[in-house]
Amino acid sequence: MNSVILQLAAKYLRILFLSFALIALVRGHNFPGGGFIGGLLAALYIVYDSLAFTTQQIKKELIVRPEHYIGSGLVCVLLSFLPSVLSGSPLMQGKWLSLDIPLIGVTKLGTPLLFDVGVFLTVMGVTLLFLFTLSTKK
Amino acid sequence: MFIILILYLVLAFALFLIPTKLSKFNSLLIALFHLCLFTFFMTHLPDVTAGKSIDISYQWIPQLGLNLVLKLDGLSIVFVLLITFIGFLVFIYANTYMKSYTGTTKFFFYLTLFSGAMLGLVLSADFIQLFMFWELTSVLSFLLISYFNENEQARKAAFQSLFVTGFGGLCLFVAIILIGSIVDSYSLTDWMEKAHIIKEDSRYLPALILVLIGIFTKSAQFPFHFWLLGAMQAPTPVSAFLHSATMVKAGIFLLARLYPVLGGTPEWTQIVPLFGALTMLTGSYLAITQIDIKLILAYTTISALGVLVLLLGMDTKQSVKAAMVFLFVHAFYKSALFMLAGFITKQTGTRSVDKIGGLIQSSPMSFVIAMIALFSMAGLPPMLGFIGKELIYEAKFDSPWLSTVLLIIGVTSNIFMVTIAFLFLFEVFLGKAKGGTKKPPGLYKYLLISPGILALLSLGFGLFPDLLTQLVGPALNIIRSDDVQIKLKLWHGLNQVFFLSVFTVIAGISLFIIIYRHQQIIKVWQRVNNRLFSINFTKVFSTGLDKFIAFSRKNTHLIQHGYNRYYIITIIAFTSILLVFQLYFTRGWEIESAFTLQPFYISGLVFIIMLSVLMSVLSKNSLFTIVAMAVTGYGISLIYLYYSAVDLAITQIIIETLMVVMFVLLLRRLPKFVKLSSRNTKIRDALIALGFGLIMTVLALKAIHVDFNPSISDYFVQNSALKAYGKNVVNVILVDFRALDTLGEITVLSIAALGVFTLLNVKKTKK
Repeated sequence: MNSVILQLAAKYLRILFLSFALIALVRGHNFPGGGFIGGLLAALYIVYDSLAFTTQQIKKELIVRPEHYIGSGLVCVLLSFLPSVLSGSPLMQGKWLSLDIPLIGVTKLGTPLLFDVGVFLTVMGVTLLFLFTLSTKK
Repeated sequence: MFIILILYLVLAFALFLIPTKLSKFNSLLIALFHLCLFTFFMTHLPDVTAGKSIDISYQWIPQLGLNLVLKLDGLSIVFVLLITFIGFLVFIYANTYMKSYTGTTKFFFYLTLFSGAMLGLVLSADFIQLFMFWELTSVLSFLLISYFNENEQARKAAFQSLFVTGFGGLCLFVAIILIGSIVDSYSLTDWMEKAHIIKEDSRYLPALILVLIGIFTKSAQFPFHFWLLGAMQAPTPVSAFLHSATMVKAGIFLLARLYPVLGGTPEWTQIVPLFGALTMLTGSYLAITQIDIKLILAYTTISALGVLVLLLGMDTKQSVKAAMVFLFVHAFYKSALFMLAGFITKQTGTRSVDKIGGLIQSSPMSFVIAMIALFSMAGLPPMLGFIGKELIYEAKFDSPWLSTVLLIIGVTSNIFMVTIAFLFLFEVFLGKAKGGTKKPPGLYKYLLISPGILALLSLGFGLFPDLLTQLVGPALNIIRSDDVQIKLKLWHGLNQVFFLSVFTVIAGISLFIIIYRHQQIIKVWQRVNNRLFSINFTKVFSTGLDKFIAFSRKNTHLIQHGYNRYYIITIIAFTSILLVFQLYFTRGWEIESAFTLQPFYISGLVFIIMLSVLMSVLSKNSLFTIVAMAVTGYGISLIYLYYSAVDLAITQIIIETLMVVMFVLLLRRLPKFVKLSSRNTKIRDALIALGFGLIMTVLALKAIHVDFNPSISDYFVQNSALKAYGKNVVNVILVDFRALDTLGEITVLSIAALGVFTLLNVKKTKK
């Protein structure tokens, strides 16, 4: 497809889409959202992008390959288990850290968030891998 | 002592870090390590000789009652000293031998690991731990045999050895569990204490047979001996180390270790010597007609292993003593001979006896070493082999049953040994020089250091056998568990054993002279052997394996036919039957729920969903089908939203969107819409689909009224904010309460993605 409107929109929607995905990821613990939905949203944006341009172009622009998203996602998930293991608690028990960040206020950061980030990256990577494999012509 | 095992591991991996310039000293470094270990264990020798044993235990998985236990006692120190000392010599030897090959770092990595595993095996005093080391030696042996992996024969031989020893390993594992279940422990001390309980238990005989299968496969006893012949494809240092001195002795070690636990019963004294004697005779008989020098040595190794098994099975003081002495005898001369064989091959470029001759001219040193080692093998005085053979004869005289038969078999096999020793000596070293033997050894003269030392030991211990009593005595006490005072002497006096020895030597030499004078005899003999023993074990093994694979392939095809539609039908039909069965028996057929009226827009939505499902099924246009399916999905997500499952609704909407895109992309790869199914198959599929839909509907209706244990969802709702600091229960369940499930899901997802990636990227290969 070669539509100027679509391509122009894609350029500006990029920031919106991706920040939306990130917001969904971060707010997920308390409100609807989460890593799974965030990851899908991010992938959705790239699908949209690849409709506006071509998949080859998008592939070139992507710095990280989808396989690496998957791998780093799984690594994030594994890393989120480390604090509980190292502190001697049962595996996968959530560990939380209260941080007082200026401007934002007291924020609670925990291993579930890291876990969610892992889910985000994996889901995004998997969807992208599907997309790219299916759309490459033989 | 744990540190030693860890050091082995560290050292093996450190080999890869050594810069290439220095890597030619790799082998010498490991040799030095072995020498240090040897001296370290030597310092413990006085303690062990005094009857003490050094036990170290360490908790491994206490919940399962598994411990790591090391035990340095009279028996294990014999093997430890042999492994470290011969390891030291082999690594020195290998330094020169492996120079002309590439990838030697990998080779030394395996060989070092093997040495460590072997050490761990003989030090183990817990049988689960022992089994692990046992398997490790099998695997490393596989890797070492297949070192020349560009050679098909080497690969086949490696696979075969892994298969045979692996099978034995499994049998051994079952046996360990069986005996473990009798005494409820896997530790050696417990087994030894409760030996009488084990022997009276009904599980004793199966356990014994399985243990023996494990031992016989590892120690190459008839009819499992053939893998050792294939193993000769390995580089010669491996043959000298694994397949003569150490790994094949692991079976002997276990036999000696389990002697106090399982030995002494009629079953033991009947089964074990039978196989030992059979192996001893076949090994030495078949060795005579071999041409390949390494195969000659392999067959004599098999014969020697048979002798050891026979002696341990005979269950007398004399026989066990003879076994322990013979262990040393064999380790010294056989390693030396293998190393010499490697030297000869390097020197002449061939392993065939027919093409080698007159080596004495180019390297008189090798002749002297070979003579000492071969005389020890033939059991001629004043070598250590003579003492060993005298003890063996003595043990056979004293054997409680069948002593005549055993003596006849033993003497025959020893006559063959004498003949082989002289044949080897005369054909290879004396006689006419045949091609390529004229040049002096050059660099390869370093290959003679290690066999030289071993030959000196054969001679030295023969002259001063008292040195050996210090080692053999404590081992004997461990195996027989009664105090035995032993004295080894070269000269036993003029008794029947001595006359038997004289007879053996004379018969052996006359046989040799006959064969050597009339070379055609050996050719005829070979042909006769091929006729008589036409069973080629290697071939039988490989065809048997092929047939087994064909058989299982045929059976697997019944279920794994590769047609997706039948898989789906099977899954759905099976699930339906189970569901119907379960629903009927737990709940009966009547619908318990009262229907309530829903707002008109929900009913409308349901109607739209049903309509689009019908359209997607009936449509003849792929794109239309996809859109219709998407309508179904969006409709369902709206229903989710109405019942306030926001997370689910969002996910469903995004998924549907992505699905449409993916399906459209996929469409390009699919052929045009074609009719593939006939009318009948359509009716069949429709019936299955409708039936399954009906059952799922009933299930859903029933599910409303099933009282699930309420505690779990209530628990989630109550604790999600308190304990997991999250207000969104769905998300908290996903990432915290049931994080393990999510981990599983995303892993499956990743693997599925990789599967799609590889499947769609496979280039079509022409068949």
